[in-house]
Amino acid sequence: MTAYIVRRCGHALVVLFGVSIIVFILLHMLPGGPARASLGLRANPASIRAFDLRYGLNEPLPIQYLIWIGQLLHGNLGFSYKLNQSVDALLAENLPRTLVLVGSATVIAVVAAVPLGMYQAVRRNSPEDYVLTGLSFLFYSMPSFFLGIVLIILLSDVLPLFPATGPTATQPLLSQLSNLVLPVLTLTLITLALFSRYMRSSVLDNLTQDYVRTATAKGLSRVRILFRHVLPNAVLPIITLIGLSLPGILGGALIVESLFNYPGMGLLFWTAAQSEDFPVMLGTSVVIGTGVVIGSLLADILYAVADPRIRY
Amino acid sequence: MAELSPMAPADLVVGPVDPGEENPHSPWISFLRVFAENRLALAGSIVIVLFFAFCFLGPVVYRTNQVATNIAQASRGPSPHHLLGTDAVGYDVLGRLMAGGQITLVVALLVALLAASFGLVWGAISGFSGGGVDSLMMRVVDAALAIPGLFLLIFLDAILRPSVVILVVVIASLAWLAPARLVRAEVLKLRTMGYVEAARGAGAGPVTILFRHLFPNVIGTMAVNATFQVADAVLTVAALSFLGLGIPPPAANWGSMLSNGVSYVFAGYWWQIWPAGVCVVAIVVAFNFVGDGLRDAVDVRLRRR
Repeated sequence: MTAYIVRRCGHALVVLFGVSIIVFILLHMLPGGPARASLGLRANPASIRAFDLRYGLNEPLPIQYLIWIGQLLHGNLGFSYKLNQSVDALLAENLPRTLVLVGSATVIAVVAAVPLGMYQAVRRNSPEDYVLTGLSFLFYSMPSFFLGIVLIILLSDVLPLFPATGPTATQPLLSQLSNLVLPVLTLTLITLALFSRYMRSSVLDNLTQDYVRTATAKGLSRVRILFRHVLPNAVLPIITLIGLSLPGILGGALIVESLFNYPGMGLLFWTAAQSEDFPVMLGTSVVIGTGVVIGSLLADILYAVADPRIRY
Repeated sequence: MAELSPMAPADLVVGPVDPGEENPHSPWISFLRVFAENRLALAGSIVIVLFFAFCFLGPVVYRTNQVATNIAQASRGPSPHHLLGTDAVGYDVLGRLMAGGQITLVVALLVALLAASFGLVWGAISGFSGGGVDSLMMRVVDAALAIPGLFLLIFLDAILRPSVVILVVVIASLAWLAPARLVRAEVLKLRTMGYVEAARGAGAGPVTILFRHLFPNVIGTMAVNATFQVADAVLTVAALSFLGLGIPPPAANWGSMLSNGVSYVFAGYWWQIWPAGVCVVAIVVAFNFVGDGLRDAVDVRLRRR
C-alpha cells in the first residue's frame, strides 16, 4: 500500500512537471512573446528590454524555464498589468468561491446519484427507469449554458423562486445563499447526469455477480443484499470517477460562472481572455492544473484505502 | 482463432462462401443485427440521416439569404415568409438552422475523425512500444488532460484567429487524448495475444504487426469512441460560441445561434432559442444513442446470443 502511494505521488509529480511545460509553451506562444503579453502591445522597446532583463528572458530556454518555475514555487504567479494586481491576490479572492461552487455541486451530485442509480438499476426497464434515463441523457446532451438558461426561465421567470444572477463579489458568499441556488443547481445537474448513469450500470454489474446469488441463497432479504453487499461495491468506483471528471466539472464551472456572472476563477479566466490579460490566464491554468492533479491523486489514494481488495 | 479475432469467424475461414448467397454468420450481418436490435441506436441513426438531409438538401428547397443581414426584418415572429421567424439581425431562422447545421455537422465530424486517427496512432505506438517511450507518451497525455480542456481551448482561441479550420484543429488537438488512452489499453491487451506472437514468429516486423494485426482489432473501439466524440464536439463548439470564441459571422452554427438567442431570453423571442436548442440536444442524443448501439454491436460476446 505504502509503495503504491509513493509510486502514485511520484506519478503526480511527473504530471505536474508536464503541466508546467505545457503552460510554459503557451507562455511562449503568446503574440509578441511574454514581455509584450504582460506589458501590452503598446509597450515601448525600453520597457520590454527592462522586462526581459528582469525576468531573465534573454537567457536560453531551459534557464528561462528554471527561472519561471522558481518563481512559481515561491508562490509568485505573475502580475496583471491590466488589473494592476498580482495574480496571487486575484486568485486568493476568486478561488474560494469556485471551490464552494464546484464542491457543493459535486457533493450534491454524488449524494443524489447513488440512490438514483440504485433505484434505476433495481427497477430497470420500468417506466421510471426510462424517464430517469431519458432525463439524464437530456441533461448530459444540453450545452451547460442552455441548461442554465432553461433553469433561469423555469425557476426565476415562470416561478419566481430564485434570483437569476449569481452572488456578487462585494458581499460574503454565505449571506447570498439564494443567489447560489441556480448556479449550483446547473452544475449539479450536469454532473449528476454522468454519475447516475455510471452508478446505474455499476449496480447492474454487481447484481449479476456470484456473491449476490450466494447471499440470496442464504436467504438474505433483498434490502439487506442491496444495502449491505451491493451498495459498498457499487459506490467505490464513484471515487475514481470524481477524480476523472474533475477537469470536466471545472470546465462546466467556467460556463456556469460566466452565465450567472459568478465571481470565481472561471469568470476571472474568461474576462482575462477577453482583455488578453495573459498573466492571469497562465496563473489560473497553473493553479487549476495543479488542483486537478492533486484531486485525482487524492481520489486514487482514497480508493486504494477504501477498497481492501486493491493490492498494488 | 474465432474467439480471438472478430474479423475472422471460423465459418468464414473454413469454407469458401458463395458470394451470391447471404452468409448468416458474416461478421457484418451479425454486427448489423445486434445494432438494429437496439431501438434507440436505430432511432438515433434515423435522426442523424434526417438532420443531414435537412441541412444539406433543405437549402435547395427552402432558399434564404444567409450572407447579408436585414435589420428592417430583425426579430420577426414566424410568418409565411419566414417559417421560423428571423433572428436579431434579420436572418431567416429556419434557413440559418440549415446553414448552421452544415457547419456544426462538418466541424464535429472532422474533429472526431482527426481526434480518433491521431489518438489511434499515438495510443497504438505508445502501447506497442512499452517501457520508457510508453511512459513518456502517456505522461504527455496525463499532463494535457490535467488542465481542463475548456481553459486550454479559450487560451488557444485567444492566441489564434478563429476560423472553421482553426476551430477544428484546436478542438481536435485536445480531443485525441481520451482515445489515445483507450487505444493504448487495448493494444497492451492485444499485443500479448497468440496471433501477434505467431506473426512475430513468422518474421513480421513491428510496422506490419501494428498495421495488419493490431489496428483492425482496435478499429471497433475507435468507431465507438469517434461517435461519442462527434457528440462532444457539438457541445464544445456550442460552449465556445457561448463564450464568444466560435466561428465569426456571417457563418453560423447551432451553438452560436443558441447562444445569440439566449441573450433575448426575456424578450419572448422563443423561435430564436428553442429550435436551435432542440437541434443541438437532438443531434447530441442521437450520436450518443448510436455510440451505445455500436458499442454493443462491436462487443463480440453479445453477437453469440
